[in-house]
Amino acid sequence: MNRLSWFNTVSLTLGFAFLYIPMVILIIFSFNESKLVTVWAGFSTKWYGELFRDQAFLNAAWVTLKVAVFSSTLATVLGTMAAYVMVRGGRFAGRTLFSGMIYAPLVMPEVITGLSLLLLFIGIGLDRGVFTIVLAHTTFSMCYVSVVVSSRLVTFDRSLEEAALDLGCSPAEAFRLVTLPIIAPAVISGWLLAFTLSLDDLVIASFTAGPSATTLPMKIFSSVRLGVSPKINALSTIMIAIVTVGVITASLITKSSVARQRRAEQEAARAS
Amino acid sequence: MRRLILIAVPYLWLLALFLVPFVIVLKISLSDTALAIPPYTPTLDLSAGWQGIRDFFAELDFENFVWLTQDDLYWKAYLSSLWIALASTAMTLLVAYPIAYGMARAPEEWRPTLMMLVILPFWTSFLIRVYSWMGILSQEGFLNQFLLWTGVISDPLQILNTNTAVYIGIVYTYLPFMILPIYATLDRLDISLIEAAEDLGCSRASAFWLVTVPLSKNGIIAGCFLVFIPALGEFVIPSLLGGSSTLMIGKVLWEEFFSNRDWPVASAVAVVLLLILVVPIVLFQKNQERQQEAEK
Amino acid sequence: MQSSTFEPWNDPEATPLIRFWNVTKKFGDFTAIHDLSLEIFEREFFALLGPSGCGKTTMMRMLAGFEEPTRGTIELAGQDIAHVPPNKRAVNMMFQSYALFPHLTVWDNIAFGLRRDRKPKDEIAARVEEMLKLTRLEKFARRKPDQISGGQRQRVALARSLAKAPKLLLLDEPLGALDAKLRQDTQFELMDIQEKTGTTFVIVTHDQEEAMTVASRIAVMDEGRLMQVDTPDRIYEEPGSVYVADFIGDVNIIEGRATPQGEGSYRIDWAEGQPPLTARSERRLAAGQTCYLAIRPEKVAITADRPADAANAIQGKVHDIAYLGNLSTYHVRLADGQIIKAQTSNRRRIARRQFTWEDTVWLSWTATAGVLLEN
Repeated sequence: MNRLSWFNTVSLTLGFAFLYIPMVILIIFSFNESKLVTVWAGFSTKWYGELFRDQAFLNAAWVTLKVAVFSSTLATVLGTMAAYVMVRGGRFAGRTLFSGMIYAPLVMPEVITGLSLLLLFIGIGLDRGVFTIVLAHTTFSMCYVSVVVSSRLVTFDRSLEEAALDLGCSPAEAFRLVTLPIIAPAVISGWLLAFTLSLDDLVIASFTAGPSATTLPMKIFSSVRLGVSPKINALSTIMIAIVTVGVITASLITKSSVARQRRAEQEAARAS
Repeated sequence: MRRLILIAVPYLWLLALFLVPFVIVLKISLSDTALAIPPYTPTLDLSAGWQGIRDFFAELDFENFVWLTQDDLYWKAYLSSLWIALASTAMTLLVAYPIAYGMARAPEEWRPTLMMLVILPFWTSFLIRVYSWMGILSQEGFLNQFLLWTGVISDPLQILNTNTAVYIGIVYTYLPFMILPIYATLDRLDISLIEAAEDLGCSRASAFWLVTVPLSKNGIIAGCFLVFIPALGEFVIPSLLGGSSTLMIGKVLWEEFFSNRDWPVASAVAVVLLLILVVPIVLFQKNQERQQEAEK
Repeated sequence: MQSSTFEPWNDPEATPLIRFWNVTKKFGDFTAIHDLSLEIFEREFFALLGPSGCGKTTMMRMLAGFEEPTRGTIELAGQDIAHVPPNKRAVNMMFQSYALFPHLTVWDNIAFGLRRDRKPKDEIAARVEEMLKLTRLEKFARRKPDQISGGQRQRVALARSLAKAPKLLLLDEPLGALDAKLRQDTQFELMDIQEKTGTTFVIVTHDQEEAMTVASRIAVMDEGRLMQVDTPDRIYEEPGSVYVADFIGDVNIIEGRATPQGEGSYRIDWAEGQPPLTARSERRLAAGQTCYLAIRPEKVAITADRPADAANAIQGKVHDIAYLGNLSTYHVRLADGQIIKAQTSNRRRIARRQFTWEDTVWLSWTATAGVLLEN
């Protein structure tokens, strides 16, 4: 059963072609000389140059980065707390409401989340800008973080914490010295997820941004509404490249740590 | 004390920034449109005490919801959103199943790489992935160029700005959500079950329908909800790939809010959308719970 | 029944149900089965026995149709079945994991194969009920596989694979998932059912006791080759090689040089300063040839004084005693450090045990107690 049948080969090939061809085309035509994105007119990197000279894009990128760093960090702290409450909190008044509020944002249409937050900010008279986007992004991405972290916490062997307490740790020390290092990979991937969600978000940011702040997705959206442009292709290529490098590096790191662990185990087995 | 803080901080955060906003949406959906900004009345005047609260409730009405039923734009938009979400979920399933199946049957050492290839687009900007189809589907786009070149068609097809483009967009962007849960169930499927079916007289095809499909049911259901729920309220795809005739409720809500500045109607649209979503969300939750039970 | 013994393998007239002709199976560079020939007869309970990776599962999967031989032919009732797909064979298999369909009830699991044959409904129902009765599962017909115990699951798997009345039933480690007590009961139940239905059973197992209990004949396999095919008693009493002797049960192996003394008797010189041993063998050994004397611990007597009439007697010290309840095994160390095991049955209470640690004892056995082997 270890060789692929022709059917499986065909479906995998077509499937991955479907997933990747649009992006490949996007990347190729970011190096197009012509302004037309569908007719090849020779190699050029001029659109990258234009992109980096466009102050509006650079500003939007800076705003997006700020929002993403702040909101994902805040979301990771809040989300980890929420996960801990969900898995270890025991019973408390309003637990059902709490878990409902953790899961609901995951399935909520963005337009509704955006609209409701905007109405809140207006209602309490909060000036909209980077700050309100951070609040909005933190709210929905903390739910994703808490799902990621709590799925790790569920499988966490509780006797490790108990051992730490038995050896004289305070609960806070047990968390810091034992629990956190072990769930760290989940917390980190929660942060990465929150960061990506924030970078990616168009709808909620559009509602909560106000006139003073424009994020990169908002800028992209307003310009591609008018049609395709090679500058956007160039920007997309840069973003795809960053993500690809990031994901591949992450998977190589996990792979090599697994390999290292296996080697260490083998050596230990031989030594004993 | 420490436990109280631990619970209170995320709890209050979600109350303030998730639940309270919803109450506000609900309240505004029951308010009248006014020309002032914020463009709605009444406002809850707590300083007037009990009388204020009574006045507030007295002035609430369902006018906006009545309005939604009268103007056929809205119910057509709901219906067409439901239809587009349903049809594109079915199409996503048809595309995703063979891929998930192929992955689960691929040699063990390929599978992590294949998984990564499915997840990678998910980390890439959603907006960019939708945008990438604009260049492919347009009048002078690659698809038309290709079809003209092969001689299948003699005049370029209008694909961009139609519902077809919306279907393609949804299938493309939500494909990983469908592949991953199905792959997870197929990967866990014990090969000896298929062999047992063949041993008992099934052909390859009937073993697939009688064993593989029923046993991947949970993955199929989970995948369908993961595509259907967000597709129903989708905004980016219909506004970039769809045309002026593409009616989707997310787009209507956006336009009602930003272009018409009719906040009460936009809120009413949101409330109804949420009510429609309650059914699939509850069903999805049930399915997930059942699955977790089964794995215990 | 004409004769009281069932021994078709000794009848030159009998035609085998299954015949492997020079079968070789390769997976890439790895050869799982080396040029193997084997005959299995109708109504046999045949066991394929060997350590994991010996090729026994591959043999079974070739019979079921999940693997095709690389070379050679496999015949079932005189027909080459190498290229017949599993769903077209009158062979059913009971899987090691049982492979019960979790989405179907016990009843539907048993009916699964019958439905594939498009049999009439009432016929299917009757057959399923019959199977439920045979395996004592009537009460659990409406349950799903995850709502019954391990032993019941095992019986459902058996009922399902027997429902189609196959010519041949394959059982892949059928009792591996059961605990020891249940396993013994189930072994006898399996033999009962095999006798009742008259189906030919081929069982794959790594448990030699299980093979000895259930099988009419056993094939001991190692690294894709047949080491010996014989009845359980002959496998135990007359192993053909050191490997088989060592694999089945407990054994002492004494290496030495053989010198023929006539009439099938041999003198074996085996250690400096020890008297030579005497053994009888039908095997012909050359003078000075290296040989191995395999002798079972229960055939070695242990006494305080040298027995007068013993053909073989050696002295040693009790090194270890393994008390097994009904039996005790004494590990006796000889002067050169070799350990010989001797087993006695505990017919007396342990308090009255004759020997204890570091006692000097005599080990003795007759000339025909051991088996003389060449390799």
